[in-house]
Amino acid sequence: MYNFEYKKAGSVDEAAGIVGADEEAKLLAGGMTYIPTLKQRLAAPTTVVDLNGVGGLDGISADGNGVTVGAMARHAAVAASAGVAAAIPALADLASHIGDPQVRNRGTIGGSIANNDPAADYPAALVGLGATVQTDKRAIAADDFFTGLFETALGQDEIVTSVSFPKAGKAAYMKFPNPASRYAIVGVFVAQAADGVRVAVTGAGPCVFRVAEMEAALAANWSADAVADIGISADGLNEDIHASAEYRAHLVTVMAKRAVAKAG
Amino acid sequence: MTEQGIGAAVARREDRRFVTGRGHYTDDINRRGQTYACFVRSPHAHATLNGVDTAAAAAMPGVRAVFVGEDMAEVGPLICGWAITDVHGEPFRAPPHPALAIGKVNYAGEAVAVAIADTLEQAKDAAAAVEVDYGVLDAVVDPAQATAGGQPQIHEAAPGNLSFEWAIGDKAAVDAAFDGAAHVTSLEFANNRLVPNAMEPRACVAEYDAGSGEHTLHIASQNPHVHRLVMSAFHGLAPEHKLRVVAPDVGGGFGSKIFIYAEEVVLTWAASRVRRPIKWTAERSESFLTDAHGRDHATTAELALDSDGKFLAMRVDTTANMGAYLSTFASAVPTYLYATLLAGQYTTGGIYCNVKAVFTNTVPVDAYRGAGRPEAAYVVERLVEAAAAETGRDPAELRKTNFVPADAFPYETPVIMQYDCGDFAGSMDRALDLAGYSGFQARKAESKAGGKLRGIGFSSYIEACGVAPSAAAGSLGAGVGLWESANIRFNPTGNVQLFTGCHSHGQGHETAYAQIVADKLGVPYEQVEVIHGDSSKIPFGMGTYGSRSAAVGGSAIVKAADKVIEKGRKIAAHTLEASEDDIEFAGGNFTVKGTDKAMNIAEVAFTAYVPHNYPEGLEPGLDETAFYDPLNFSFPAGTHICEVEIDPETGSVSIERYAAVDDFGVLINPLIVEGQVHGGIGQGVGQAMLEHAVYDGAGQLVSGSYMDYTMPRADDVPSYDVGFNGVPSPLNPLGVKGCGEAGAIAAPAAVMNAVHDALRDAGVGHIEMPATPLRVWQAIRDAA
Repeated sequence: MYNFEYKKAGSVDEAAGIVGADEEAKLLAGGMTYIPTLKQRLAAPTTVVDLNGVGGLDGISADGNGVTVGAMARHAAVAASAGVAAAIPALADLASHIGDPQVRNRGTIGGSIANNDPAADYPAALVGLGATVQTDKRAIAADDFFTGLFETALGQDEIVTSVSFPKAGKAAYMKFPNPASRYAIVGVFVAQAADGVRVAVTGAGPCVFRVAEMEAALAANWSADAVADIGISADGLNEDIHASAEYRAHLVTVMAKRAVAKAG
Repeated sequence: MTEQGIGAAVARREDRRFVTGRGHYTDDINRRGQTYACFVRSPHAHATLNGVDTAAAAAMPGVRAVFVGEDMAEVGPLICGWAITDVHGEPFRAPPHPALAIGKVNYAGEAVAVAIADTLEQAKDAAAAVEVDYGVLDAVVDPAQATAGGQPQIHEAAPGNLSFEWAIGDKAAVDAAFDGAAHVTSLEFANNRLVPNAMEPRACVAEYDAGSGEHTLHIASQNPHVHRLVMSAFHGLAPEHKLRVVAPDVGGGFGSKIFIYAEEVVLTWAASRVRRPIKWTAERSESFLTDAHGRDHATTAELALDSDGKFLAMRVDTTANMGAYLSTFASAVPTYLYATLLAGQYTTGGIYCNVKAVFTNTVPVDAYRGAGRPEAAYVVERLVEAAAAETGRDPAELRKTNFVPADAFPYETPVIMQYDCGDFAGSMDRALDLAGYSGFQARKAESKAGGKLRGIGFSSYIEACGVAPSAAAGSLGAGVGLWESANIRFNPTGNVQLFTGCHSHGQGHETAYAQIVADKLGVPYEQVEVIHGDSSKIPFGMGTYGSRSAAVGGSAIVKAADKVIEKGRKIAAHTLEASEDDIEFAGGNFTVKGTDKAMNIAEVAFTAYVPHNYPEGLEPGLDETAFYDPLNFSFPAGTHICEVEIDPETGSVSIERYAAVDDFGVLINPLIVEGQVHGGIGQGVGQAMLEHAVYDGAGQLVSGSYMDYTMPRADDVPSYDVGFNGVPSPLNPLGVKGCGEAGAIAAPAAVMNAVHDALRDAGVGHIEMPATPLRVWQAIRDAA
C-alpha cells in the first residue's frame, strides 16, 4: 500500500467536495475491491475519503411501490431485510448470494454499482428491475447508469446515495459462479418489472446487458420453455481460463431458463 | 489401549492455541532493530540481465542495503539433494541455481535483487526503484515441447532442456508381454500442475549475533536440521555449530516447506552484512510465484491384459516438468517416488517406465503432498478402470482378479519395492459396502430421470511412506540419511519432555507423540510435552514429509522409551532389592515379579536425579536418545470409491458420495487420522476438479491468485464415509504405516474414474484434470 491521506467524511457534501477538488482522491465504501487494490499497490490515491462515517446512507425502506436501499447498506442487511423480502424477494435472494459472509457484511450496494465490476451481481438486479440510482446531484435510470467495463455515468464528484427498485411481479436471479472467485461467470436476472419484462445479464460481457429477444418471448409467454431455445451470440463476450465466450453464451440461456423456472 | 494411549481418539491439544490465535508463527517473531526484505522479482519468464542498477534504491530513506547476485558470489548455489543416474549411466544435469539471479532469469518471479530497509514499505519502495535492464527471450512453457528442436535453451549445462532421461524395468520383457496380450489399454493424459497453498506463507527472520558469531534463522520449515545442514555444507553460510534454525508453529507445508529456497539463504547471508535482524514474509502472490509447485506430468500409459483379465505388463512414458531449476528433492519425485509405485496393488507381470525430466521457464516443481505417488496411482488406476470398461468387466472384479493376495506378502514388485503386508481384497469389500455399490444402478437411474449423468469410480491405491532405509535411499541417489531421532527426558518430578527430530506443521504430533510416550511409559498424557523445531534443543532430525512421522519418528520414540525402561529396570531392581530379571514393567510401574513390591516410573526418575541410594556404576539421570533407521518403506493402501453427478447442461460435477477404506496399520489416534484422510481427499478432489496452475505462452502464471486458482472450499467436498482395515506393519515397532498423503494420492483417480464413468453415457471418452464445468461441458458438446 502506498501512503495516502485518509479522511473520514461526515457528510456527502464534504466527501463530494474533496473528490471534486482532487481528481486523485478516491471514495471508500465497503472497500471489497478497493482495499485489495491498494494493498497490491495497484492504486496510488492522494486521499481516500471514507464514507463509512456518513450518517443516514445505509437505510432500507420498502413500501407498496418498491424498495429503496441506501448506498452504504451492506449486502447482508439487504439479504436480511424483511421489507425487501416482502416487496422484491428476488433482490434479497441475490444479495444473500454475493461473495461470502465477510463480503456481505462489509460490501455495499453503492460501492458495488459505482465500481461496476463486469461480474458483480447487483448490476443485474438494477437493470433487471428497472431501478433508479439516486446520487447527490440527480436520478439516473439503471439502463443509463452502467456504461461499460468498470465505467458508470457517475461524475468525478458525484456520489451514489441510494437505489430505488420498483416493485416487480415474478422475478428471480440465477448465477453460475466462477469456481475460484465465486463471482458470476454468468448471472441472469429475469423480472416482470414495472415497465415490462426485463432480462438482465451480468458476468457474460464487459458490462451488464439486456436480452431483447428473451424479454419479448417472456412477455408473450412467461415460462422457462419460452427462452430455452433463444441463444445469444458469443461475439464480444468475456473469455478467460474458466469460461470461453461460447460457454458464457450457452450459460446465458441456461441461467435465463432456470431463473424463469425459479421465479415461478 | 489406555484412555489417552495408542489408539485413543484424543482431541488435538495444539488446536486450542491454533484456533484461538495463540499460535506462534515466524511472522509473529519481531526483534529489536529488525529490518525488512523485499525481493525484486523478474516479471519475465526468460530474459538476460543486461544490468541491474541499485544506486537509486540504495540511496532511499531507511534502506540498509540492496544486494544483487554478484554480491553473493561466496555463497554456494541452491542444490538438488537427490542425484539421478540417467539411462546412459551419466549424472543428471543440475545447472547452477544462484539465490539471486546472475546474468539471466529463467522464470517469472525469480529473485533478481533484494532491498533491505527499516520498514516494509521502505523496502518495497526501494525494490521498485531497482532498475533492471532485461533482454527478453522467448520462453519454453510446455514440457512436451521443451526438448524438441528449435526451442529456446534455458541452461547451457542442460542441452535440449533435458535434465535427465531415466528408466526402470525390463523393457524387452515388457514389450514381449505386450506382443502376446489379448487386450491393450492405452491412455494419454496430463497430471495437472498444482500450487501448494499452505495457509501460512513462507517466512523467515534471520539474525546474526556479532558477539558470539551465531546465526539464527527462524523459518517456516518442515525440516529445520535439513535447512541447517544444507545451508552450512553447501551454501557455506555458517558452520553448523554457529547456525541455529528454528521452525516454530508452521501453518501447513504439504512439501512446499521442505525445500531450501533463495529467500532464507539471502536473509541468513545478509543479516551478518547489515548487522540487523531481517524479516521476510511472502505475500500470497509471491507464494504463487515462488513456492515449488507440484505434479505436472505428461504421460502415455499402456496396460496389457490376457484373456482372463490378468495384467501382463505395463508400459509408461512420462515427461516431468521440473520448472526452471532442480529444486531440493525434485529429481526423486518423478523417479523413485513415482515409477516404483506403478505395480499398484496388482501382480502385474512386468513394468517398464521411462521418464524425461525437462526444464521449462516456470517455477521449480518439487514434492507436494503425495510427491510422485499421486501421479503413479493416477496412471495405474485410470488404466485399470479404462481396461475394465473396454473389456466389459466390473471394475471391482477386475481389480480383485489382479490384487496381490493376502498370503503373498512380503511381495516383490517388478519395480524394486517389497510390500510388507496388506489386505487389498478386504479393503475393497469394505469399501463396496460403505459406498453402497449394490445400489448404484438405482441411483444412476434416478439421476437419469432428473436429466443428470451419474458415475462411480474406484481407486485402489498403494503408496510408500517413510523413505528408507538410509543405505538403500543412498544407493538410489539420496544425499541424506532418512532415519529419525527422539530424546525422552524425564525431569526429577516425573514429567517428560520429548524432543523429536520430526516437525509438526499441522499433523498433530504434540498429541500423537505424547500418546506414544504415555502408552509406552505409563506417564500421564498431560505430563508429556513434545518439543520440536529448534535445532538448538532437539537432536539432529530429518523433519516431516512423506508421511514418515509415525513410522519413522514414532519408532524412534519407542526405541528411546525402551532405553528408559531398560535403565529404569536397573534403578528399580536396586531400590526394590531384586534381580533385574525379576522386574516387570507395565502401566508405568516396575514390579518385582509375583510380589506387590513396585515403584512407579516417576519415583524411578526422581531416584535417577537424586541418586542417594543408587546402583553402583550406573549414570545418574533419566534422559535417553534413540536414532531409528527403518528396515523398509511402509505401504499404506486401500480402496476409495467416488460417486459423482454431472449436470450436462452446465458441465458442473458434484460429488455425491465418497467412501474410503484405508489400511494404515495401527492407528495412534483415529481422530487425527480421520482428519488427515479428510484433508488429503480434499486436496485430491481439488486436483481432480478445481486446481490448476495455468501458464500462458510467455510463461506468465495466469492462475496467480485466488481469483483464478480454485482452492477447494467446504461446499466443494462431500461428507466422507471413512473406514479402516488396518494390517499392522511387521517392520516397525508400532505397526504403523502413515496416513498423511493417502487421501491426496487416492482421490484424483477415484474422482476422475467416476467422472469418466458418468460421461461415458454422453459419449465422452477422455477428459483431463481438473474436470472443470467448462471442460466437462466442452467435452459433452464435442462428443454430441
